[in-house]
Amino acid sequence: MSREQNRYMRLSGLEPLIITPESNFINVGERTNVAGSRKFLRLIKEEKFDEALEIARHQVDGGAQILDVNMDDGLIDGKEAMIRFLNLIAAEPDICRIPIMIDSSKWEIIEAGLQVAQGKCVVNSISLKEGEEKFIWEAKQIKRYGAAVIIMAFDEVGQADNYQRRIEIAERSYRVLVDKVGFPAEDIIFDLNIFPVATGMDEHKRNAIDFIEATRWVRQNLPHVSVSGGVSNVSFSFRGNDGVREAMHSVFLYYAIQAGMNIGIVNPALLEVYDNIPKDLLERVEDVILDRRDDATERLLDFAETVKGSKVEKGVDLTWREGTIQERITHGLVKGIDAFIVEDAEEARLGVEKPLHVIEGHLMTGMNVVGDLFGSGKMFLPQVVKSARVMKKAVAYLNPFIEAEKGEKQQAIGKILMATVKGDVHDIGKNIVSVVLGCNNYQIIDLGVMVPPEKIIETAKKENVDAIGLSGLITPSLDEMVYLAKEMEHQNFEVPLLIGGATTSKAHTAVKIDTQYKNAVVHVNDASRAVTVVGDLLNENTNKAYTDKLKQDYSEFREKFLKRGKTKDYISIEEARERKFKIDWETSHIFKPNELGVQTLEQLSLKELVPYIDWSPFFRSWDLHGRYPDILTDKVVGEQASSLFNDAQEMLKEIITKQALKAKAIFGLFEANSINDDDISISKKGKEVAIFRTLRQQLKKREGKPSFALADFIAPKESQQQDYMGAFCTAIFGADELAAKYKEKDDDYNAIMAQALADRFAEAFAEYLHHRVRTKHWGYAASENLTNDDFIKENYKGIRPAPGYPACPDHLEKETIWRLLNVEEQIGVTLTESLAMWPAAAVSGYYFANEQASYFGLGKITDDQVRDFAHRKGITLDKARKWLHPTIADN
Amino acid sequence: MSKIYQEIQKRILVLDGAMGTMLQQYKFTEEDFRGERFKDYASPLQGNNDLLSITQPEAVKEVHRKYFLAGADIVETNTFSGTTIAMADYQMEDLVYELNYQSAKIAKEVAQEITTKEPHKPRFVAGSIGPTNRTASMSPDVNDPGYRAVTFNDLRIAYKQQTEALLDGGVDLLLVETVFDTLNAKAALFAIEEVKDERKIDIPIMVSGTITDASGRTLSGQTAEAFLISVSHIPLLSVGFNCALGANLLQPHLESIASKTDFAISAHPNAGLPNAFGEYDETPEEMAAQIEEYLKKNLINIIGGCCGTTPNHITAIANVAAKYEPRSMVASL
Repeated sequence: MSREQNRYMRLSGLEPLIITPESNFINVGERTNVAGSRKFLRLIKEEKFDEALEIARHQVDGGAQILDVNMDDGLIDGKEAMIRFLNLIAAEPDICRIPIMIDSSKWEIIEAGLQVAQGKCVVNSISLKEGEEKFIWEAKQIKRYGAAVIIMAFDEVGQADNYQRRIEIAERSYRVLVDKVGFPAEDIIFDLNIFPVATGMDEHKRNAIDFIEATRWVRQNLPHVSVSGGVSNVSFSFRGNDGVREAMHSVFLYYAIQAGMNIGIVNPALLEVYDNIPKDLLERVEDVILDRRDDATERLLDFAETVKGSKVEKGVDLTWREGTIQERITHGLVKGIDAFIVEDAEEARLGVEKPLHVIEGHLMTGMNVVGDLFGSGKMFLPQVVKSARVMKKAVAYLNPFIEAEKGEKQQAIGKILMATVKGDVHDIGKNIVSVVLGCNNYQIIDLGVMVPPEKIIETAKKENVDAIGLSGLITPSLDEMVYLAKEMEHQNFEVPLLIGGATTSKAHTAVKIDTQYKNAVVHVNDASRAVTVVGDLLNENTNKAYTDKLKQDYSEFREKFLKRGKTKDYISIEEARERKFKIDWETSHIFKPNELGVQTLEQLSLKELVPYIDWSPFFRSWDLHGRYPDILTDKVVGEQASSLFNDAQEMLKEIITKQALKAKAIFGLFEANSINDDDISISKKGKEVAIFRTLRQQLKKREGKPSFALADFIAPKESQQQDYMGAFCTAIFGADELAAKYKEKDDDYNAIMAQALADRFAEAFAEYLHHRVRTKHWGYAASENLTNDDFIKENYKGIRPAPGYPACPDHLEKETIWRLLNVEEQIGVTLTESLAMWPAAAVSGYYFANEQASYFGLGKITDDQVRDFAHRKGITLDKARKWLHPTIADN
Repeated sequence: MSKIYQEIQKRILVLDGAMGTMLQQYKFTEEDFRGERFKDYASPLQGNNDLLSITQPEAVKEVHRKYFLAGADIVETNTFSGTTIAMADYQMEDLVYELNYQSAKIAKEVAQEITTKEPHKPRFVAGSIGPTNRTASMSPDVNDPGYRAVTFNDLRIAYKQQTEALLDGGVDLLLVETVFDTLNAKAALFAIEEVKDERKIDIPIMVSGTITDASGRTLSGQTAEAFLISVSHIPLLSVGFNCALGANLLQPHLESIASKTDFAISAHPNAGLPNAFGEYDETPEEMAAQIEEYLKKNLINIIGGCCGTTPNHITAIANVAAKYEPRSMVASL
């Protein structure tokens, strides 16, 4: 391989672009140019860089292989704008994957651009205009910065405007660059000046053909160089007649490319396929471009009168854009396409009396279609949330017009207060329900998380809401909900109370909450039901009947439930202890941890956690039920699940590359022995530092079946065997900030996605950490070799039960873990008054290593154990009852 | 012209292993880092490994010596963080020239000492030019993607100073390494070109990028080939990759550039991937076996080790490297 044979121009953004003789014509995106695009100029002047970035993205999506950026305008600070825009582009991997063409007539802007681009760019342009000395100096600098360069056919005398001048200047420039500067010839691109033809002036007649011939000469005589040009100039005199312009561009390129032009600044929207140009038009255009007849211009002008308009649009199927305004708006909403919604909203606005009518008319009509499809199971939650995003965008656009008219506001069909109760921080489900209700024209007052009851009551009164929705994930939240129902009753509220969240159930709602409040209480645990339930509750006609039916239903359910509850038998705590799970400590193998003590992890890359992610719960959080990966090919929800999964992967990538979330963890491994049957004493070097209280199963079981407590898995002090146990907390920071950023842009879909992913990461981190602990830090399973599927199925030795979950539903022990590991100070995870962890994407728990340790559900316990627990732990009976409440059997 | 151009035609050259890993074994305390000279320095200095070239020069020399004796042809100066930008952490910006000068000088002394003993195998010193702790093409602020904590010019000026000091101290070549942001490297190369121009000298330059993870990209997002293209405007002795990945994971990226450049190809991978506590577990034998895979495919001209590697790793690597021919290069060098 010799360099001489391989001297191709090589450019780069994040990815390479290599221009070889076999390469197709290289298309330079030209809309990010203040001189060429009025829209781009306006956006830069108004510092709307976000929108300006969208233009860049659109160019890349449209197939641009190089992105031309030009900030030369008297009214903007070109250097600052170039730096700012290129820096922003650098943060958009889908844009900066292609090389940048830094386009300016000012050296200081070019240099500023070169200093912020990591890839190999193209400088557009330098020339001999101000003499050889400056030209050489600039070329040397460009070489040192590592860029290719466009050389304009321009010298001290002026711009080359005929064949001879073009080749003279090109040759002189080439010799100076190659011989004096040592510039690589393959990095030289000549712009031989494309000027308009058919202007009516004789001296312009040969503008196109001279360019083409000069191109041929340059490619034949100046080895390794490229030739470029701005194509739209050639048709300048036919502005307003796109049919003719498109044909002129195509014909020009057809001949110029044959002659060796290999790079061009072309607007792909203004280009006809050469073979599709009608024969009569083609003939006249060729006459002009190739200067084949003296009357070519006149003949084309005459013919141009008959050529009107443009051809059909190309690219993606946009035929739906041809429908009526209502059809287009509905299509956009149903498909979740937001690219045209502002344009459509504007068009609709111009056609109605008041802007509000667009919301109440066009948009609600569209959302009703969404609602029907959702209700009939033909659309799924992620799609609906995307529809909501489109809706919000339209409403955001219309609002200023509505406000300008004053007084009149969009009439929501109901006002709903939503809150995650005091002490609880989990709000994904609540957010989803809010979005779904919101896009069904309910006004949502979202009070967020950890909302004290007084605030809920006060806001509900002040805002005169039509319903209150409460959400919670951890068990203490259930009591908060009961308390709020009582308060609502006490203060003579009449509005319905909606209950939702992972810890809630129809049973709890019927037994504990419904009884506190004489008006409607309803348990709504999936977003798709929320709309119909709220609709029935707020509809004046059906309200009464529906509420009565609800009350009746809950009352029957309650009766049945309570009856069933009573059939259960419990044994006393003493008897349960007798029947504890017995491990033979004489023979059981106890493995001493390799690394006793507390350690933190704060430097872990999220990427490492990805293989540990269990995706099935992710789909559940979006109301898509099924096991991953089968769900992706499921007959009913497969398509949606795949689409959601792809969006999740996108965000995952972004989170990882931008390090938008941060993973932190702490864990400790300690000496431990069980004491007094149900407690575990934790010590460091023989000195007791903490005691974990565990709870024991009391449900009566068949003879020979043990009544488990976690303490059974740790050797008792009396056994004289030193045993060990661990505790841990993993957390993902930054999800709220990330979600807030999306919410700011009215993008609830991605806001919810961010939270759902953070939750997955926290769980994955717990899995990852447990794996590391088993194989290394504790090391009792150093040789285990499991797949991710095995992790999800928990096919490993040892368990990691978490307070608040079935084996130890009591949250109080979290406080002990926090003290033992010093969690808050070390990694910043805090506990709320209800002992929820903050940030919400967090997992904490214990490690038990004994091979006989297994997960179990505690079930209900009876009052004797509650009293005993309170006594052991040294807390009041009331406090114990409060915290163990959901676990205490009813009789 | 530097002798290294002849040596690199003859055989696979061996680069040294980790400096930090070796210095850790001395378990230097805050006092040791300070030495007599900085005993009253205002900021804490423990962890400023580059400073040890001044306060514990014998230890640094000993590490160089061990690597040479283990089979390295080239050792890197102890100057990975030797720029005003990186030294700002220790408020030691004013010390940058001296740090680089001394580091170069002591490394060169060891190189000469060993070369005198083994004249058939000349030993070289590469001035290590690290990435600094800031990135010119990424924002440290999630909320402001257009922000930059350092500019090209800041970097260019800092790198120029480092380059001048390394040259004054006598290095044989320069190694711009652990490039996680290509724009930082371009600033370093720009500065080196300025120095070359001003001093009317030529000096071999190695550039080594870092592919940060399995995505196959640098931290700043470039593919291996885009990285190669972005640094190829300067005549280099070699281009390659180091750090972040173990030898086996580096192979596809080396393959993707080896066929696309006439420069020599270098690699100095880590001793495997770090475990959760940043420790490297890969043994010399394991690592050398993985490296042998590159050598079998004739991908390499310069081979060494990065984080977690020790003289034992270098011995194992040098033994394997001796069995294979270097990747063939065009004579145009």
